[in-house]
Order: sequence, then C-alpha cells, then structure tokens
Amino acid sequence: MIRFILRRLLLMVVVLLGIGVMTFTLTHVVPGNPARLLAGQHATESEVQAVARLYGLDQPVTTQFGIYMIGLLHGDLGMSLTNRRPVMDDLAQFLPASIELTLAAILLVLVIGLPVGLMAGVRRGKPSDHALRFLSVGGVSMPIFWLGIILQILFYKNLQLLPIGGRLGIVDIEPPQITGFYLIDTLLDGDLETFGSALVHLILPAATLAAGSLAVVSRMMRASVIEVLDADYVRTARAKGLAPALVLRRHVFRNALIPTTTVVGLQIGALLAGNVLTEVVFNWPGIGLYAVNAIKNLDYPAIMGVTLVISVIYVFVNLAVDIAYVMLDPRISLSGAAAR
Amino acid sequence: MTEPASTAPIAESPVIVPALRRKPRGLLRRLLTNPLSAAGAVLVCIAVIVAVLAPQIAPSDPIAMAPQSRLAPPSAAHWFGTDDGGRDILSRIIFGTRYSLLAALGILAMASVLGTVVGLIAGSFGGWVDEILMRLTDMFLAFPALVLAMGMAATLGPSLLNAIVATALVWWPWYARLVRGQTLLLKHEAFVEASRIAGASALRIAIHHILRNCLTPLIVQMSLDVGYAILTLSSLSFIGLGAQPPTPEWGSMVSIGRDYFLDQWWMVTFPGLAIFASVMAFNLLGDGLQEALSPRLRR
Repeated sequence: MIRFILRRLLLMVVVLLGIGVMTFTLTHVVPGNPARLLAGQHATESEVQAVARLYGLDQPVTTQFGIYMIGLLHGDLGMSLTNRRPVMDDLAQFLPASIELTLAAILLVLVIGLPVGLMAGVRRGKPSDHALRFLSVGGVSMPIFWLGIILQILFYKNLQLLPIGGRLGIVDIEPPQITGFYLIDTLLDGDLETFGSALVHLILPAATLAAGSLAVVSRMMRASVIEVLDADYVRTARAKGLAPALVLRRHVFRNALIPTTTVVGLQIGALLAGNVLTEVVFNWPGIGLYAVNAIKNLDYPAIMGVTLVISVIYVFVNLAVDIAYVMLDPRISLSGAAAR
Repeated sequence: MTEPASTAPIAESPVIVPALRRKPRGLLRRLLTNPLSAAGAVLVCIAVIVAVLAPQIAPSDPIAMAPQSRLAPPSAAHWFGTDDGGRDILSRIIFGTRYSLLAALGILAMASVLGTVVGLIAGSFGGWVDEILMRLTDMFLAFPALVLAMGMAATLGPSLLNAIVATALVWWPWYARLVRGQTLLLKHEAFVEASRIAGASALRIAIHHILRNCLTPLIVQMSLDVGYAILTLSSLSFIGLGAQPPTPEWGSMVSIGRDYFLDQWWMVTFPGLAIFASVMAFNLLGDGLQEALSPRLRR
C-alpha cells in the first residue's frame, strides 16, 4: 500500500510539473509581450520595462521558467493586477467559500444520487427507470448558469422562499474567521441565527452545482447495481433466504458503491469547474467569482492562479480517489491499480 | 473533461468498431425505436434546418437596434419578447443556432484532427515517441477542462474564435487517446501485417489501413461530444470569454439577460432553453447511438 501511494505521489510530481509548464507557457510564451500584459494595458513603456526586470522577463526563457517554478514552490503566484495583492493571499481568502459550496454539492449528490440510482437499477425497464434516464440526460445537458438563474426567478422572485445570492444576508454579521466555512464558524461562535442564514444561502447554489453531477452519479450507480444484481453472490444471498431489503443493503448497495466511487471522485473536477459558473450567478465570493472578475479586468496572474489551484486540487482529489478505490475493493491488486 | 457533466468527452470504447461494421441498418432501427433517441434525432434535424434557413425564417434582424420596442414582453409580434436593444429574441435565438452548431463543429474538427495526428503517431511509432506524446496528453488531462479552456481563452483574448481554439486545445487529448488505442489494436491485425510484408511504407499503412478503420469510433465519439461542445462554448460566452455582444450567441444572450432577469424573465429564459434543448437533443442522440452500439449497455 505504501509503495503504491509513493509511486502515485511520484507520478503526481510529474503531473504537477506539467501543470507548471502549462501555466508558464500561457503566461510567458503565448502572449507577445508578457511584461506589457503584467503591467496592464495603460502602463507606460518605462513601467513595462520595470515589470520585465522585476519578474525576470528580460532573462532567457529557461531562466524565466526556473524563476517561475521556484516561485510556485514557494507559493508565489504573482501579484494581482487589480488590487496589487499577492494572488496567493486572495486565493486563501476566497477558497474556503468555494470548498464549502463544493462539499455541500457533493453531499447532495451522494444523498440523492445513490438511492435514486439504486432504485432505478432494481426497477430496470420500469417507468421510473425511464424517467431517470430522461432526467439524467436532462441534468448533464443543463447549462448550470441558466439553471441557477431559473431557480432564482422561481425561489426568490416568485415564491420568495430563498435568498437570491451571497453567503449571508445584509443584516447578518460575518462570523469570526476560524475555518472560513461559515457553517462551521457560526456554530463555533454559538451564533445559531447566522448559521441558519448561512445554511439557507447555501441551498440554491449547492442545488445548482449538484445538478449535473447528480445525473452522472445516479446513472453510474444504476449501471453498477444492474451489474451486481447479476452476480453469483447476490443469487446465493437470495437463495439462502435473506430478506430482499437486507440483500439490497448488504450485498448490492455496498458492491455497487465501488465503481461509483471513482465517478464521484471524477465529478469533483466537474464541480470545481462548475463553481466558476455557479459563483457568478449567485454572487458567491469564492475563487470562481474571483476568476471571472479577473477575466473582466484581464488580470492574468489571478486567472492563472485560479487555474493552477483548481488543477492542483483536482490532481490531489484524483489521488485520494485512487487510494480509496484500492481500499474499498481488496480484489484490486495494488500493482494493477498503479499500472492503470 | 466535466468531464461529461463533466464537460468531458467519454474515453475510448473499442466495442464500437465491429458492431457498426456488422449491421448499419439494424443500428438505425434500434436507434429510432427508442423513443428518447428518436426525439433527439428529430430535434437535431430541426436545429440543423433552423441554422441553415435562419435568414428565411427569422422574423426580424438579429442585430439592428429598435429602441422603441425595448424590453417588450412576449407577444404576438415578438413571441419571445425583445431585449434591451429592442431586438427580437426569437430572431436572435434562430441566428444563434448557426453560431452554436458551427462553433461546436469547429471545436470537434480541430480537436479530432489534432488528436488523430498525435494518436496515430504515438500508436504507430511506439517507444519513446509514444511515451512523450502520451505524457503530454496526461498533462492536459490533469486540468479540469473548462478551467483550462478558461485560462487559454483568457490568454488568447476574449472572442468566439479564440474560445473555439481554446476548447479544441483542451479537448484533443481525448481523441489522441482514442486513436492511439485503436492504432495499437489494429497494428497487429492480419491485414496490416500483410500490407507490411507486401512492402507498404509506414505512412501508407497509417493512413490507408489504420486511419480508415479509426474513423467509425471517431465519428461516434464526436457525435457524443457535440452537446458538450455547445455547452462549453456557451459557458465561456456566459463568463465573457466567447462571443461578444451584440453577436446573437446563446450564452452571451443569457449573460446580458442576467442584468434584467427579475423583471424581464424572457431575456434569460428563452436563450437558456435553446441551449438546453439543443444540448439535450445531441446527448439523447449520442446516448442512444452509444447504447445501440455497445452490447454491454444494451439491456
């Protein structure tokens, strides 16, 4: 097990290096004059030259790459062009909001997607199964930015049930920053009223973000339930007279979970990307909204910082999923899993 | 990529080749007897017709301003209402079909050509060439697709063409993997060996034997990806990186409508529905196609 993890970590170093090469290429090689890009459109020629010297942009490309990578290793993502703060500080400030939203969405995906997929698999070919197919194709076809807006029209304007966006209402007082997760920080602070407000503000964005992944996960769960239902051990369990509910819970559900785990892990990548769109719609102050504001201001260091951070999280999540997969299913040999 | 829902195409499925070669007519029948796939096929046909005939069927000009009828709700004169410039939203959606379909085709064409070349070279040569090219594809696949497309489109500068190029640059690795997989399978087939013994050059074998036999799975994969291409592009336009106003592109129309959505609900609702319906149509068709072709899924 430790060898497997070590090997995967080594592979990850290569991938992380690749991500560094890619963002370096995008910021230093693709643009005609990266110094002008960094200095901003309205900078004077001497300012551009000063920026070039400051970031080592007057050096040969290989030296620049060295400087860039050393910076990255020290957590230096450059300065934001809009607020002149280190991009890393900005990201540290906005990341918890994005993670809180993503985790809430994953929770929804698991709590709804798994049982629904199980039901559909068990009732294969029945109307409820067809309905799921229709809904799941609908779910992955939905532009999530549009779904978010429609939910706002419905639940904020028409029904007046839920807030339109943001993490808290205007009258709420921000909890003291401990973890950055409002749901946890308000509880630690003992402020139940603000906790309720944070929870209510989380509902629509999380539902919006979850929609696409919900479709994929329930569909995957259905497929693996169908696979498992045909297995010999399920027939054996039934033949020895186990109650159907027990067979479903103990044999079918647990085994069908194994392939679904991988898909859930892969969906985290989709959710991270979906964050960008959801945060814009709900004015959710996470790194997605930060990225889009950066795009509007052509703030390249900030854009690349977000790209880099999301990709690094993605790589780590994939590693965790691979390890979880091996731990869940002892039949998979570690070397085989590593060779995949 | 998302990542279906992921905005990501699905990886290689080698079962497709024999199934397609065997029974093209049975395939069409299987596809059309499934009501959902048939509905998808009909919707796709409608979208293509609307795109081709846009100037003939659109009630008015999609770009010219008409301030006197600004922000009008849906009515007999303007079925889907008008936008902040008084432009007829139905006409803009009709013309938008062209942008979405052409842009999706552009993405798929670029990504598949690039991916095919890389996959074919990697699979044919093997050894260190394969190793280098495949590690390069892995590198691209390490990014969530939409996020990388966003970074690239931002670097290239916001425009529809750049969004297409950026998305294609992010998507080619999926095709490279598919073609490489097929190449490795085909390389040792008897007809390829025979051709090699008969003295055919490596290039001739790659193009005449391997590439030709890769085409079917490639086309099937592309049909699965059209919907995601439309979705990715409209997402980029929504965050301001794709088509720029006043281009009647659906994602950019939703983005503009967002400033008015609480009172002028029609400005976001209809363009969004157009994205949803067309992506769903392609996905239902692609889903049906895949199910009809893959014996494992057909139960």
